Amino acid sequence: MNKSFTQTFTVSGNNFSDAGKISTEIKMILKQLGINSDIVRRVAIASYESEMNVVMYACKAKIVLDVDPEVIKIIVEDEGPGIPDIELTMKEGYSTATPEMRELGFGAGMGLPNIKKNSDEFTIKSDVGKGTRLEIIVYIN
Amino acid sequence: MMPLSEICDLLSCKVFCCEELLDREIKYGCASDLMSDVLAYSRSGAVLLTGLANVQTIHTAFISEIYAVVFVRGRVPDERMIEVAITKKIPLLGTALSLYEASGILYSKGLASTMETLATVTRHE
Ligand SMILES: Nc1ncnc2c1ncn2[C@@H]1O[C@H](COP(=O)(O)OP(=O)(O)O)[C@@H](O)[C@H]1O
Ligand SMILES: [Mg+2]
Repeated sequence: MNKSFTQTFTVSGNNFSDAGKISTEIKMILKQLGINSDIVRRVAIASYESEMNVVMYACKAKIVLDVDPEVIKIIVEDEGPGIPDIELTMKEGYSTATPEMRELGFGAGMGLPNIKKNSDEFTIKSDVGKGTRLEIIVYIN
Repeated sequence: MMPLSEICDLLSCKVFCCEELLDREIKYGCASDLMSDVLAYSRSGAVLLTGLANVQTIHTAFISEIYAVVFVRGRVPDERMIEVAITKKIPLLGTALSLYEASGILYSKGLASTMETLATVTRHE
């Protein structure tokens, strides 16, 4: 089976009514490609927490899904405030979420640590005032 | 393991959608209003008991392979949530019981927890 696939999605910040939709699309694409369900679940969780972060904290973002026979790669590149102290934001429990965001069931400071946990390789880079870029890689085999 | 139909009876549930899927076997129970917790600690095949009724609940259920959602304390999903749940084949149920009571009933009937018990309590500063 040919498992190569690339697609780019756009997410707009603050659009809470659609938040999570792209990650559910990504999950359906990966299922259709016939990828192992545990791997699909890990990628979908990492993608969903990233998408929620864009909606909560950034203005907009581009999400690129790139699948080849060996790895699944997700790049989330946003235009937003950026992250001044990455080490601090990676700590479980650190959050700047507002009460409105908490009402959606997010904002406990567990998103980034869980994205990392579900990735085989994870990189985060940020330029304060410009935006943040996440690269999530999950091995297929 | 417990069929969803048994959970439906035990909690006197109203079924909002996907009634044809009530024969689904549920492996674990999960009770939370915090979707990040569900995403971090839940295993595939659980029923989610929650007081949080918004579209993120349904997306979270689909992403983390929750087999059914039970809204507690009389909370009701809106049309849009039901629409999304139908396309994703996630049965939505509702009970008048509280989160505590509903969880206690399923736990006492032997439905295992989806979350592993932590070895210790640690404190975030
Ligand atoms: N894309 C982003 N742009 C700016 N800040 C972010 C972004 N993602 C995360 N953050 C910051 O990192 C913190 C921790 O994120 P996370 O671990 O996902 O937890 P939570 O979203 O629950 O707060 C957020 O509260 C926010 O301050
Ligand atoms: Mg987050």
